Amino acid sequence: MSSTSTAPNSTEQPLIVMGAVEKWFGTFQALRSVNLSVSKSEKIVLCGPSGSGKSTLIRCINHLESYQKGKIVVDGVSVTDNQKAIDVVRQEVGMVFQSFNLFPHMTVLQNCMLAPIRVRGSSKQEAEATARRYLDRVHIGNQADKYPAQLSGGQQQRVAIARALCMQPKVMLFDEPTSALDPEMVKEVLDTMIGLAQDGMTMICVTHEMGFARQVADRVIFMADGMILEEAPPETFFKSPNHPRAKQFLGEILAHH
Amino acid sequence: MIRDFTSNEFFAIVAGMQATIMLSLMAFFGGGLGGLAIALLRTAKLPWLRRTASIFIDFFQGTPLLMQLFLVYYGLPAFGYHVNIWVAAGLGLTLNASAFLGEIWRGGIQSVPRGQSEAATALGLGYMSRMRDVVLPQALRLSLAPTVGFLVQLIKGTSLAAVIGFVELSRSAQIVSSTTYKPLLAYGLAGACYFVLCFPLSRASAALERRLAARS
Repeated sequence: MSSTSTAPNSTEQPLIVMGAVEKWFGTFQALRSVNLSVSKSEKIVLCGPSGSGKSTLIRCINHLESYQKGKIVVDGVSVTDNQKAIDVVRQEVGMVFQSFNLFPHMTVLQNCMLAPIRVRGSSKQEAEATARRYLDRVHIGNQADKYPAQLSGGQQQRVAIARALCMQPKVMLFDEPTSALDPEMVKEVLDTMIGLAQDGMTMICVTHEMGFARQVADRVIFMADGMILEEAPPETFFKSPNHPRAKQFLGEILAHH
Repeated sequence: MIRDFTSNEFFAIVAGMQATIMLSLMAFFGGGLGGLAIALLRTAKLPWLRRTASIFIDFFQGTPLLMQLFLVYYGLPAFGYHVNIWVAAGLGLTLNASAFLGEIWRGGIQSVPRGQSEAATALGLGYMSRMRDVVLPQALRLSLAPTVGFLVQLIKGTSLAAVIGFVELSRSAQIVSSTTYKPLLAYGLAGACYFVLCFPLSRASAALERRLAARS
C-alpha cells in the first residue's frame, strides 16, 4: 500500500491525532479525555472490556459518531461537524465492521466498485480493475460475481476488507472484525490483516485476538470506562501490565485461550 | 325507456374498466413518486421534515378517501383552478396513495439494517448515493408484498371517484343498471371485472411475501 499512498504531509506528522476527546450518549459518558496519536504505518490494537469505548473511539475518527469535546485531526483535516471535512476524511479512512455489512443486493465486484465510482469518480473500467486487484489480494478474486449470501463469513469479511481498500485509504479501522466469525474462519481474516500490516498500512484494530496483537501491533492500548488506561508495546503489555484493570482483563482473556 | 342488455352495454362496462385501469395507474405512479418523497422525509435527519411528512400521512390516513376526493374536486375551483375530472380524481387518489405508500416504504427503509447505511457512510457515499444505491433497493424489496397489496386497495378505491362524476367501472355499471334495469347483471359483471384485476395481484402479493419469508 505504501507505494500507492502519497503523503502530502511530512512523515513526522502523525496521521491521526485525538486530543482530549469527550463523548456522551445522553448522560452516559462513552469517552473521557481520550488522547491518541497514530503515525503513518503504525499498527494499533485497541482492547478492553465490552462497553469500554473502543468501538466508539474508532467510530469518532470517521465521524460515524459525533463527539462533544476535544479535537480529532486526520491527515491534517480536522473532523468537526463540517460535512465537507467529514467527506474528505471518510475517503481516506477505510472501515471494516464486525457484521461485514456487505450490500446483499450487489455482487462482490459491485460491492467493491460502488464507492470508487460514486465518491472518487472513477470510470467503470478503472473501478473494476482496482476491485479485481484487491479481491485477488484477499484471495477471493474467483468469487467476484457471487452475491455475499453465497459466501462464508470469512470470505465475506475478506470482501469487506477489499471493498474498503478499493478506496485506497490511508488508514484502516477494524471494529472487532473476527468476533462474528466461526472459529475456523478467524485465521483467514487475520492472515489478510497481517498481510495488510506487512505492506505498511496504518491500522487501528479493535480486537480480542491477542496473538494478532503480539504479532502485528506496534502499540497495544487498553481502555476501560471510556478512558485509555494503558499504552505499551505488546511484549510489555502482555508480560507486565501496569494497571490493575488491565491485569484483570488479561487474566480473563488469556484464560480462554 | 328500458333498454336491452346488449353488447353495447357490455362494452360500456368494459370501457369503464379501462378508465379504472388508467386511473389506478395514474394514482399508483403519482403515488409512487409522492410516496417516495414522503418515505424519505419520514426518515430524514431533520425533525421538522419528519414532522411535516407525519402530518401529511395523518391527514390522509385519518380521513375517508371519499372526503379527500370531495375536497380536491370542490377545493381546487375555490382556489381558482378549474381542472377536468381526470385531474381531480387522479390528484385525489395520488395524494391518498402517497400517504399510504410513504408509510409502507418508511417501514421498508427502517427495516434495512443500520449497518448497511453505516457501511455506505464509512465508504464516503453521500445521502443520495446511500439511498439510491444501498438503502432503497433493499427497502423496496422488503416492501414489495405490501406495495402490491396496496395496489389492490387502490384499484378498489378508484370506485369512489364515481361520486365526483368520474365514469369508471362502478359508475358505468350503475349507468347500465339504470338504463337496462338489470342491476344484478350490470353489477355482477362489474364485480367480475374488479376480481379479474385484483385477484392476480393479491395472489402475487402473497407469493412475494412467501418468497421473502423463505429467503430470510
